[in-house]
Amino acid sequence: MTAVLPSRPVERPTGGRLVDQFQYGLDAPICLTWELTYACNLACVHCLSSSGRRDPRELSTAEAEAVIDELQRMQVFYVNVGGGEPTVRPDFWHLLDYAIGHDVGVKFSTNGIKLDRGRAAQLARTDYVDVQISLDGATAEVNDRVRGTGSFATATRALENLAEAGMKDVKVSVVVTRENVGQLDEFKALTDRFGAQLRITRFRPSGRGADVWDQLHPTQAQQRELYAWLVANGDQVLTGDSFFHLSALGSALPGLNLCGAGRVVCLIDPVGDVYACPFAIHEQFLAGNVRSPGGFQQVWQHSELFADLRNPQTGGACTKCAHFDACRGGCMAAKFFTGLPLDGPDPECVQGYGETALAARDATTLTPKSHLDHSHTGPVRGQPTLLGMPAIPAKLCDESPLAGADLS
Amino acid sequence: MTSPAAEVVLFDPELPWQRARSVALRPEPFGALVYSFGTRKLSFLKSELLVTVVQALAEHPSATATLAACDVPESQRPAYLKALADLARSEMIEVRTS
Repeated sequence: MTAVLPSRPVERPTGGRLVDQFQYGLDAPICLTWELTYACNLACVHCLSSSGRRDPRELSTAEAEAVIDELQRMQVFYVNVGGGEPTVRPDFWHLLDYAIGHDVGVKFSTNGIKLDRGRAAQLARTDYVDVQISLDGATAEVNDRVRGTGSFATATRALENLAEAGMKDVKVSVVVTRENVGQLDEFKALTDRFGAQLRITRFRPSGRGADVWDQLHPTQAQQRELYAWLVANGDQVLTGDSFFHLSALGSALPGLNLCGAGRVVCLIDPVGDVYACPFAIHEQFLAGNVRSPGGFQQVWQHSELFADLRNPQTGGACTKCAHFDACRGGCMAAKFFTGLPLDGPDPECVQGYGETALAARDATTLTPKSHLDHSHTGPVRGQPTLLGMPAIPAKLCDESPLAGADLS
Repeated sequence: MTSPAAEVVLFDPELPWQRARSVALRPEPFGALVYSFGTRKLSFLKSELLVTVVQALAEHPSATATLAACDVPESQRPAYLKALADLARSEMIEVRTS
């Protein structure tokens, strides 16, 4: 199927609400995600970027420095660094210092694999760096099923090291799923225990997430519980403004209730390709590459795709809905990767229009697949068990016939 | 990095102010973005005249004098003072001491 971008008129209004200004785009992104590598030690079932193996075309250290120079010129105040697992890039620590030295703050997401005591102390000494540890269950049982055996222990060890080193404002980043949505209070308790802050974001059917979306995305009843929890606890948690589709349940949630793709948000992937948003790694949302003439600035300011995205939606089923001003039709990537039209309802539309739209899909509808897949091709140590595949023991001795035996 | 509540300065428009040293300002079509590297907070200046005012604070003896120097219409001055008070509270502007 072909997804149709909403039709558009043009002139930016003067004054008015910020949300009305933002839909026309900005001279530089506010929220730029930069995935430094597709390499990852884990194989999370819902990875938004289908990461695993390093791409041989990955930006070199010098090319990454050039991107940072450009972000400094454009006054991009900070970047959200991710991957893959960014810290497995041997030049990660160098690039971190380089960015900070060039007035580009760094917030990076990690599974914690490299955050030993030494690195934790180093981070605690560094200004303008923020760390986010990914965790998708408040218990090892729930977390490891999707992120892999041993990943809960790795993450909590990293949190311990950071707390011990006195690192401030550490975030624990949770993708809300059907299996962990009941653990929100436990997540809050866990993060409090480490003196950290909880950040929860929406699960999208992007990357490998598409393969498990039917199984893992929160049910309608869970979405209502989540909304109630956010209304009650919203001032204490970060959300990346990712739950704006829930605003149609009542009063608007705090933050920007608008799809920021190509307007205030974009993604630079490990090979320098620029996509409209981190959840939209697909040719249809590919705006250009930082290696081409004019670099990132040219892509951000002049790509045809981004110009298209920077126009308010005027047509489609959603604009006729009473809740359109609250949810703005929801998440573009969620619609796209479930095969729904971009000017119609979000698949998780809280008014139920998404379910109707999903049910009405033609049996022949093929959901779009990304042209990229860096997933590990062989088994991975501590593989997630959600898909029913046998886990390889995290340590070989875990299943030695003598492990745990009292030999004394 | 964040000032303890006790140190937060109430906004006095007769004092000399300036954009906080840890704050960067980026012009945008609607005005400007301001970002504090200290508090990691982002804020928005929603008119070009407010951008001019914030940039000019450092050159004038007080916030009130800055509004006059930037030709902010008399009728709009209370709104501008309120905007500056908000920026002071979020540590985007600070009292100039030198």
